[in-house]
Amino acid sequence: MSEIKDDLRYTENHEWVVLEGTTAKVGISDYAQDSLGEIVYVELPEVDDEFEQGEEVASIESVKAAAPIYAAMSGRVKEVNESLEDSPEAVNESPYGAYIYVMEVSDPDEYEKLMDSDAYEAFLKANE
Amino acid sequence: MSNKRTPLYPVYEAYPGVKIADFHGWDLPIQFADGIIAEHQAVRTAAGLFDVSHMGEFLIQGAQAESFIDQLVTNNIVSMKPGTVRYTLMCYPDGGVVDDLIVYRISEIQFLLVVNAGNRKKDFTWITRENPLAQGETPLPEIRDQSDQWALLALQGPQAQEMLTQLVPEAADISFFQFRDDLAYGDAPLLISRTGYTGEDGFELYMNSEDAPELWSRLISLGVMPCGLGARDTLRLEAKLPLYGHELSDSVTPLEANLAVFADLEKPYFVGKEALVHQKETGIPRSLRGLEMIDSGVPREGYEVYHQGACIGHITSGTKSPTLQKFIALALIERGRGLKIGDEIEVLIRSKRKKARLVKTPFYKKTGRS
Repeated sequence: MSEIKDDLRYTENHEWVVLEGTTAKVGISDYAQDSLGEIVYVELPEVDDEFEQGEEVASIESVKAAAPIYAAMSGRVKEVNESLEDSPEAVNESPYGAYIYVMEVSDPDEYEKLMDSDAYEAFLKANE
Repeated sequence: MSNKRTPLYPVYEAYPGVKIADFHGWDLPIQFADGIIAEHQAVRTAAGLFDVSHMGEFLIQGAQAESFIDQLVTNNIVSMKPGTVRYTLMCYPDGGVVDDLIVYRISEIQFLLVVNAGNRKKDFTWITRENPLAQGETPLPEIRDQSDQWALLALQGPQAQEMLTQLVPEAADISFFQFRDDLAYGDAPLLISRTGYTGEDGFELYMNSEDAPELWSRLISLGVMPCGLGARDTLRLEAKLPLYGHELSDSVTPLEANLAVFADLEKPYFVGKEALVHQKETGIPRSLRGLEMIDSGVPREGYEVYHQGACIGHITSGTKSPTLQKFIALALIERGRGLKIGDEIEVLIRSKRKKARLVKTPFYKKTGRS
């Protein structure tokens, strides 16, 4: 069973988000990293790029395949986790520690519409 | 319609952490708990075991078998001795590839053709009904699809012989691309060839379906690593072994895929020969080349390849090479641009042109004796 953290919100694309004020930190869930397998490359977004919720912002690649990462919320990229360029495997080892990017969000209300941990758990079960 | 399963499905389903996925209508393990990279390294440094029972096996026999197969496939079959194995391709009249396969010559009049799982139905129809030889007056030899009764295990790696000879001592005497069909483990009859799809020494073991779980478990208990299709793909890519549907298709000829050595253009006839001879004389338009990335990014199948601003082809397979720790790919690109090893090209990765260079293939070549 994949680990789900209580204090995070989740998207249907298996990103996790934590929002503080108007700053959102985003990564991928334990379920997502496990499904992808060994991650060998993360293509990060660029700082100051702006995205609408659901747009493709980055790409995460395992030995087998490339998977897009979609913007969990709308906004502007403030910071990217550059350490993933040299150690993409950190996403496998610690999916909730290895965030991918931080965003200044334009619509904080989007956060409340994301799944909480219970809803995400039910979502995973329904998609098994 | 539910997916097909090999006789080993119940065995590997019991492994904690195994990932099973669809492959051409089969439920097969993509990887076991340790992951693709660990499995890949086990095959490069020790030994790994793959269930490849989904492959198709056709038995062709009769007085006409030799001449029929020789005219059906690109490689020379007439010159094969019993007990030998040969890699070959099978073409359409226009030179496009129906499939790549290996041919076992069991006796003067008996052959086993091993084809890709995803092409099994298409191949059988082609061989029995649709190919030009089937349209003629000459009766065809007996052709039987025995895929469902055979299980196939691939034991691969530098320690493959050491492991297998603990169960079947005679395997030590089988040379590269030779086989024996008179072997057994306990009461289980075995056909064993020294062949594989990893670029390492190794064996492929054909057996009755019901005997496969026991042999799998015995080999694993000797310390062989169970491996899935994920590692099979990275291993074959490092060794530049083509995969149908990627490097090969009905719109690629063996000459374009740099497999000319497996197409005997000196033979009097084979299906597709005329087209290949014509292509050789008028110029082979494309070539399968190896590249590695200079810029960061993973070259994936379908990505476009550029040289001096022009699109010159596309990637057919790409990944991060677990052995070389580099991002590598095979690409089908225009010939005749004078591109040499070391020349820079570009790969279009998500709308960005990323630098790469042409490199020698195979990306990986085993050292020492085979």
